[in-house]
Amino acid sequence: MADDLPRDGLVAVVKRDCPTCVMAAPVLGELARRGGLSVYTQDDPSFPDTVPGRLDDTALAISHRLKIEIVPTLIRFAGGREIGRTYGWDRNEWQRLTGIAGLGRDLPEARPGCGAKNVEPGVLERLKVRFNETGLRSRRIEIGKDEDAQEAMFARGWSDGLPLVPPTEERVLRMLDGTARDPQEVVGLVPPALAAATVEKIAINAVMAGCKPEYLPVALAAVEAVLDESFAMHGVLATTMFVGPVVIVNGPVRRRIGMNAKGNALGQGNRANAAIGRALQLVIRNIGEGRPQEVDRATLGNPGKLTYCFAEDEEGSSWEPLAVERGLAPGQSAVTVFAGYGLQGIVDQTSRDPESLARSFAGSLRALSNVKHAPSCDALLVVCPEHHRTFKNAGWSKVRLYEELHRLCEIPGADLVAGAKGIAEGGPPSLAGETVNKFRPGGIMIVRAGGDAGMFSGIIGGWSAGSARSSLPVTKEVKP
Amino acid sequence: MTVLLDPTSERSPTIRPRLPRPESLGGLTVGILDIAKSRGDVFLHRLGERLAERGIAVRHYAKPTNTRPAPLPLRQQIAAEVNVVIEGLSD
Repeated sequence: MADDLPRDGLVAVVKRDCPTCVMAAPVLGELARRGGLSVYTQDDPSFPDTVPGRLDDTALAISHRLKIEIVPTLIRFAGGREIGRTYGWDRNEWQRLTGIAGLGRDLPEARPGCGAKNVEPGVLERLKVRFNETGLRSRRIEIGKDEDAQEAMFARGWSDGLPLVPPTEERVLRMLDGTARDPQEVVGLVPPALAAATVEKIAINAVMAGCKPEYLPVALAAVEAVLDESFAMHGVLATTMFVGPVVIVNGPVRRRIGMNAKGNALGQGNRANAAIGRALQLVIRNIGEGRPQEVDRATLGNPGKLTYCFAEDEEGSSWEPLAVERGLAPGQSAVTVFAGYGLQGIVDQTSRDPESLARSFAGSLRALSNVKHAPSCDALLVVCPEHHRTFKNAGWSKVRLYEELHRLCEIPGADLVAGAKGIAEGGPPSLAGETVNKFRPGGIMIVRAGGDAGMFSGIIGGWSAGSARSSLPVTKEVKP
Repeated sequence: MTVLLDPTSERSPTIRPRLPRPESLGGLTVGILDIAKSRGDVFLHRLGERLAERGIAVRHYAKPTNTRPAPLPLRQQIAAEVNVVIEGLSD
């Protein structure tokens, strides 16, 4: 290929689709007549017809090698080395580079060029793959031409049960454009296999999950968060209980990538919400080898183990966003992961004062897991905007609500003793004289999300009471 | 040909290994599939008798023709009812 380029003389790269190239075609013709000019055309081999010996670069190999970004580009070579280059049409520059005066007298002084075809989105990645310049280290899996890629991926066990986007090299390269991080950086070791999750491996799974490149930093932060020791991802996966990682996103990234914090925030229909949560689960499945009925011993599991990710509705809230409450600076983008499951609705369309609404919330919270359990699991309370308004109008801070809920979740031990209320489940008789709280201190987390209409908040139940022995929520900054 | 990047830890070979053969047929149900090759039924019937003499549960199945893959309902039935399958591939 290198031999195709002249050691000495001029090289021009053009395309018919560029008005500046069309305008400069007579000048190229004149230079060609003088000799020492090679013209490569990117789109139409019959262009420019002013140059009889023009060369076909519709495959874009020469353009890629010369790293052309704008057409027309004019380059001078001497002794096999590039010694000068100009973009677009600029008479003075062209005269300087060619050493010929009076070029294109009837043309304007200068006109900018157009984007080159070899750097168009989609084309550049294809060229990098073709010339083996991707730097990607993952094993290549060849799918036969008569084989259905979807079926091949299912057969290899890569899927969570739904179709996947095939992780071609081009798509993975584009995905990696979404982060400034080194593709070979190890984000952590994914249980149960404790296999290294490189940025590249996570990007492959993000492609399969349906992520756009701009979602990747959020997916990376979510992976980093679940791999934090205190989240205990191995246990969250291996438990017979329902839980999986729930991802809550805070900060400006939510709006930049179009996440849903409003109506149906916990439901279907938003690509970023759906794909980021799914990417995290695919990382656990494919890198970590965490699969149901293997190390994942869940009795029932929950539908959120396909994907469970939403944004907090920070706009219009009187409360601190969750990530700020957990120590990050306001305006910083962050994810918080919580080992949770399902959604238990709290329907209260009547309470108009915060005391009544807090009692309503607490009553529902006390039923979590089992009415006979205390201290029980942690809980993530998702407060809808109409319920939040009641607290806001009464001047209740989030801290105030935490305190009230904790107080309202004190339960007489007698109610919790095994056999009490006709339920065998429960604690030892010694509880009878005590008061027990449903939650450990700090066992409730509150976020605000949901549509503007409807007095329907929700509780996402947690695993066993969060502690160093089980799973604690983890917050990580979203890094570019 | 499509080339995909491996999303896994790469601890397993790219080609899926065959399921391991059982150490013994004790306690298993053996399916005997006649693919409709001539005299295959004679051979398989005798094989079935020999297995049954050893106290092994045997179920017999037959493909309508050897020229096409087994119909899906038959494949599903076999997969649901037996642990291993023996078939006679040629005349």
